Amino acid sequence: MNRAMESDTLVIGGGVVGMSVAYGLARAGERVQLLDEGDDAYRAARGNFGLVWVQGKGLGQPDYTRWTLQAAAAWPEFAAELTQRTGVDLELAQPGGMTMCLDDAELSERGALLERLRDQLDAEYPFAVLGSAEVRRLIPETGPAVAGAVMSPLDGHVSPLRLLRSLVQAFHSLGGQLCAGTRIEAVEHQGGQFVVRAAGRSFAAGKIVLAAGLGNRVLAPLVGLRAPVEPSRGQILVTERVRPFLRYPTLYVRQTGEGVLQIGDSKEDVGLDDGTTLVQLSKIAARAARCFPLLDGVNIVRTWGALRVMSPDGFPIYQASSECPGAFVVTCHSGITLAPQHAGPLAGWIRGGLEPAPIRNFKAERFDVQKN
Amino acid sequence: MFRKIDGLAARPAVSLFFEDRSILAQEGDTIAIALMNAGARAFRETPLSGAARGPLCLMGVCFDCLVEVDGTPNVQACMVAVRDGMRVRLQHGARRFEGGT
Repeated sequence: MNRAMESDTLVIGGGVVGMSVAYGLARAGERVQLLDEGDDAYRAARGNFGLVWVQGKGLGQPDYTRWTLQAAAAWPEFAAELTQRTGVDLELAQPGGMTMCLDDAELSERGALLERLRDQLDAEYPFAVLGSAEVRRLIPETGPAVAGAVMSPLDGHVSPLRLLRSLVQAFHSLGGQLCAGTRIEAVEHQGGQFVVRAAGRSFAAGKIVLAAGLGNRVLAPLVGLRAPVEPSRGQILVTERVRPFLRYPTLYVRQTGEGVLQIGDSKEDVGLDDGTTLVQLSKIAARAARCFPLLDGVNIVRTWGALRVMSPDGFPIYQASSECPGAFVVTCHSGITLAPQHAGPLAGWIRGGLEPAPIRNFKAERFDVQKN
Repeated sequence: MFRKIDGLAARPAVSLFFEDRSILAQEGDTIAIALMNAGARAFRETPLSGAARGPLCLMGVCFDCLVEVDGTPNVQACMVAVRDGMRVRLQHGARRFEGGT
């Protein structure tokens, strides 16, 4: 029989969430093996939009706003560190971000949301509600249909693909082992060790971190945890490269470092279908063209669908197993924004350090409701 | 470098503008063929590195022959037939928006 490959920690899932945790653990000196299912998995890390985003997040859950604020503040140093290690430019820019609103009702609703978020927080939460003239001053290409925008100076964007590549490279350079095409068949907890069987091999470690996105639903119960996450499909359109004009990322449209316009933000509950539909793509394109009429004649070169990983309340689950000490589940919607937190404070907690204060309430028990 | 195959039936001449210069082509020619016959090699420069690009596949796949046609940028020269009076320009860098920017 094959002897198990041994390490300090097994990370399951090679998306941005798993890679961030694995990188953080390896950076702290652990021997880490990362098992990644393969290209037939639902790859949220390959399909997402790439915002580093604060505004609008955490209503009713100020801890999530705090966690997000910490992440946004940590991003510049995190990106610089990854670039220094790997030479990959992540195209991070945090010039402030806008949510374009097409009528006054939408604008005041959005402004009210950010006021509520600010009021529930005991920290700085800067934002501004901009009228149409002010938006046009900042982005002259804004169309007449735009009533205004809500702007947060903390928002920005990054290339999610460059981030992922950089994390993989940095993980390798720290001695981390990435096993691709490795779908988990069984997880056993014996004698204080976790033994994972996958692709005809065995992997053993003292700790295991489940960061498998939608796959966590099946994996978490194997180590006494729960991850009741559901897919939420988003569709994205990508244009040909055009001259840079959009200096600020917006919630629905951003221009990448290569000049490509990425257009998105639809939400559909369609199970595990990650395809695209003409109806949604048309809606997304029409809204973008109303915001920026000059997009009218620009060619779309690619479209895709991807599945967000959503918990019932939209907030993360970070939990250590009491049944199987050493097992952790990590799942969230905002793997890009939160990457520095996952590589830093979260990895520190998994290594035995203090649990970061903002995440203490992100346990799966919050979804248990009294039945009578 | 390029020469049209002899023996094809003569077709009516088409006159178009290439960078403000009048050139002749034959009906049914693609813009790419007309421009290559007129001596053009590089049709554009890439948006990021600025490297020169010209037609490669001549069948609509490689997108390396992009030109500006009657003010519309990023037209595949190998996929569009010439028309009388058409105005074709080479592209430098990423496309502009119609009407400036």
